[in-house]
Amino acid sequence: MFELFNPKWRIPFIGISRVTLVVSAVAMVVALVALFKPGLDFALDFTGGTVVELQFQSETNAEAVQSVLEEAGYSGTQVQSFGSTRDILIRLRPDHDQVGVDPAEAAASTENSIAQRVNAGERVHQLLASKGMPATVKRNESVGPQIGKELAEDGVVGIVFVLAGIMIYVAFRYEWRFGIAALAGEVHDTVLTAGFIALVGMEFDLQALAALLTVAGYSINDKIVIFDRIREMFRTTSKMTPAETIDAACSDTLSRTVITGVTTIMALTVMYFLGGETLRGFSLVLIVGILIGTYSSVLFASPLLLHLGVTKQDLMPKMRDETELARRP
Amino acid sequence: MMNYPKWKYALVVLVMLVAAFYAAPNLYPEDPAIQISANRGSVVDEAFRERVHGILESRQLPFTRLEMADGRLMAHFANTDVQLRASEVLREELGEDYTSALNLASTVPGWLAALGGKSMVMGLDLQGGIHFTMEVDQRATQERMENRFVEDIRVLLRERRIRYKGVSRGAQGSLSVVLRSSEDREAALNAISSQLPELVLTGGAGGGEDWVLEARISEAALREAALNAVEQNLSTLRNRVDELGTSEPVIQRQGESRIVVQLPGVQDTAAAKRILGATATLEYRAVDESVNPLEVAETGRVPPQSELFYHRQGYPVVLSKRIIASGDQLVSAASGFAPDDGSPMVSVRLNSAGARRMLDFTNENVGKGMAVVFVERVPEVRTVNGEQVRSSRIKREVISVATVREPFGRTFQTSGLDSAQEASELALLLKAGALAAPIDIVEERVIGPSLGQENIDRGVKAIVLGLLCIMAFVAIYYRAFGLITCVTLVLNLVLLLAILSIIGATLTMPGIAGIMLTLGMAVDANVLICERIRSELRLGNTPLGAIKGGYDKAWTSILDANLTTLLAGIALFSFGSGPIRGFAVTMCIGILTSMFTAVTVSEAIAAFVYGRRRKLKSISI
Repeated sequence: MFELFNPKWRIPFIGISRVTLVVSAVAMVVALVALFKPGLDFALDFTGGTVVELQFQSETNAEAVQSVLEEAGYSGTQVQSFGSTRDILIRLRPDHDQVGVDPAEAAASTENSIAQRVNAGERVHQLLASKGMPATVKRNESVGPQIGKELAEDGVVGIVFVLAGIMIYVAFRYEWRFGIAALAGEVHDTVLTAGFIALVGMEFDLQALAALLTVAGYSINDKIVIFDRIREMFRTTSKMTPAETIDAACSDTLSRTVITGVTTIMALTVMYFLGGETLRGFSLVLIVGILIGTYSSVLFASPLLLHLGVTKQDLMPKMRDETELARRP
Repeated sequence: MMNYPKWKYALVVLVMLVAAFYAAPNLYPEDPAIQISANRGSVVDEAFRERVHGILESRQLPFTRLEMADGRLMAHFANTDVQLRASEVLREELGEDYTSALNLASTVPGWLAALGGKSMVMGLDLQGGIHFTMEVDQRATQERMENRFVEDIRVLLRERRIRYKGVSRGAQGSLSVVLRSSEDREAALNAISSQLPELVLTGGAGGGEDWVLEARISEAALREAALNAVEQNLSTLRNRVDELGTSEPVIQRQGESRIVVQLPGVQDTAAAKRILGATATLEYRAVDESVNPLEVAETGRVPPQSELFYHRQGYPVVLSKRIIASGDQLVSAASGFAPDDGSPMVSVRLNSAGARRMLDFTNENVGKGMAVVFVERVPEVRTVNGEQVRSSRIKREVISVATVREPFGRTFQTSGLDSAQEASELALLLKAGALAAPIDIVEERVIGPSLGQENIDRGVKAIVLGLLCIMAFVAIYYRAFGLITCVTLVLNLVLLLAILSIIGATLTMPGIAGIMLTLGMAVDANVLICERIRSELRLGNTPLGAIKGGYDKAWTSILDANLTTLLAGIALFSFGSGPIRGFAVTMCIGILTSMFTAVTVSEAIAAFVYGRRRKLKSISI
């Protein structure tokens, strides 16, 4: 049997946690500050605006495109190379919709607004073509500010409900201290991951949101497995102190914790390198999030249980529970 | 020896066979194709097939197959580049007689498709295409309603001979009616509340010559108007989108006032907007019964006061040039059943201007025919001598011909329809032709086909390689049980694909994220079981006892962990929208499938491999 960790090892997690709880607290402060300033770089999915991805017929640099746009009145656009030397990504703000619109035409087009609506992306494309920079449109997305705001609100409401639901379920199935610890772990992992996104200045788009939700799902799964073992240990052993019990449970599940983390990160690393531009950010957020989640399961959420004062008596099953457990396959 | 019940084996085998069957269609990649169908007066036959063959060959557009099915011709191509070029060429060469639509032809074999097998639909982010979110302008809808009620109140007061000083729209959505005396106000209040139940009335200031009655459109009526506006736009858009030449358009209501339109494969936003922005109206006209329409159609000799039209079903109708009422005078149309004989019918309500003209006409023409013409204007932009010329193409067709049985005005019914379906179709068309609620595009996304293809190729490659890495690792680490894990991971993916295909889920990038998460959790469940078996062995249990104990003890952790995550998924599904929902759906289904495969299926395999031996000395884990 090939073992990653010697099963006889008892690692003093609770002892180490004196340090890691402080580390987590500091990291949380840093993450919260980062979320406040510089803050998340919300993509057009949330802010509204236009993104055009153009593939030019010849090599082009971002500065040349930027200067053409500035000249035409598009101030403060973001232009960046994307992938190859011919691919350029241009981000326009919602108010850029009005740039380059002939006022007379705009007034005349009230009757049939949809048919006549030309979005800012198309206008930029035509502008560049007229300045001798022909390109094909690979992607052109424009989102109204209202839609973006609603999506952001939906996202926040979704996360809040997920967190509350998890806490209630865990408190009901286990005990209220477990509910609090699970919630704290969840918040810890999501905030740190979001803080990471803010710190590296990565764009926060739909995929980043999906990644954040995935981290939340993974993180709760990871914690429940360890909590389950802690509960079991409390119920079956009688001579250990709560601190020793939590140490034993974490040590026992350590190889599972590490193996699950390693395999998932392995798959994500492949995705990071081979998944292309669109998957790169997504997989990076997941890798970081899973590292944080694995760390916090063992060194943040579980020690927190002890500090919340969990004891053996809290977890002894009531009679009804026992018969129910026996019936389970 | 392990006692593993026979019915569980049977269940596992059965579920996996069904899953493999329904996941199989995803192995057949869809072909980029063009579907050509004939418009009125043309046919798709062998000669036409030769013609298309000739066109494609002369333009050097290589196609893989040309096949005829259900009176339509399908041209298959090797890639989307050729498909797009061919579509332009064909549209140009075939003209208005044929409609050619971009299509992703299913290559799923007939026997599989016949049993309900279909492959998963790719989202626009993976496939390329155009996405619009449109929003109905609620304020304009309300304004229009207010204007209509002002007109209706005036007509009503005049009919009842109640003298009034004025009816006008006030601030914040209220209408004020100014009357000359408090008795008049009483009478007006009674008349309006009985005839226009959509209005909520309150007495305003009164005294001297000015007695004010405030009217407000009720919340219920406003909400209904908004819903109708969305409904109306939905049906109009559905009608028009066929013209865009895409075979699987998605047109859906989203929330109270939004409509999502997705056009896979389409790239030309300008053309799409022109067609979506087309306007439609209706014309009520008298049937000219002095001539035989078939003769007129043949000879082309139309009486000077009349015009020749065609019914949707293809037969000719001769109608008077005079228009009795038009679409902007139509207030509502609803299908239902006639109270007297229960036959399907459509009831129509006109505004007061339309009602007056209708009453005049029907008074004189009882027993004669009246028809409804559906008129659609599609704006077009042509480039002539380097300049853009705007024009519009007008399409007119008769959607209903009926006999006037008695004089009517504001409301009337068209009965004698063949089926309830015909009635609802007619009602939809009538609504589509009524003055449309203004609508605007609030979100617009164009995803190039090459980007879509790249996304799919890379995503698939990354997921497959990632999965292989995980499998290699567990196989080395847990040996025989690692191999069982590998089998269950693959089965999990098959089962998940099968369910997603059956329920017709659309696969998007967030959806793939959901799949990744469940694969991770499936691995976790397997690792938990293996670790438990190992620890049972360390405690000195027999191999068989360790296997049994391992599965039993791991079960509660797996159940709790998965249920908690499932709960989170359900919460996300209920409170999230669009992309977040896509993630939640794959995650929830994935959790269920991974619990089934990682626990039930894996235990069945373990029991099958080890459980039947009388004595088991050791297991490889």
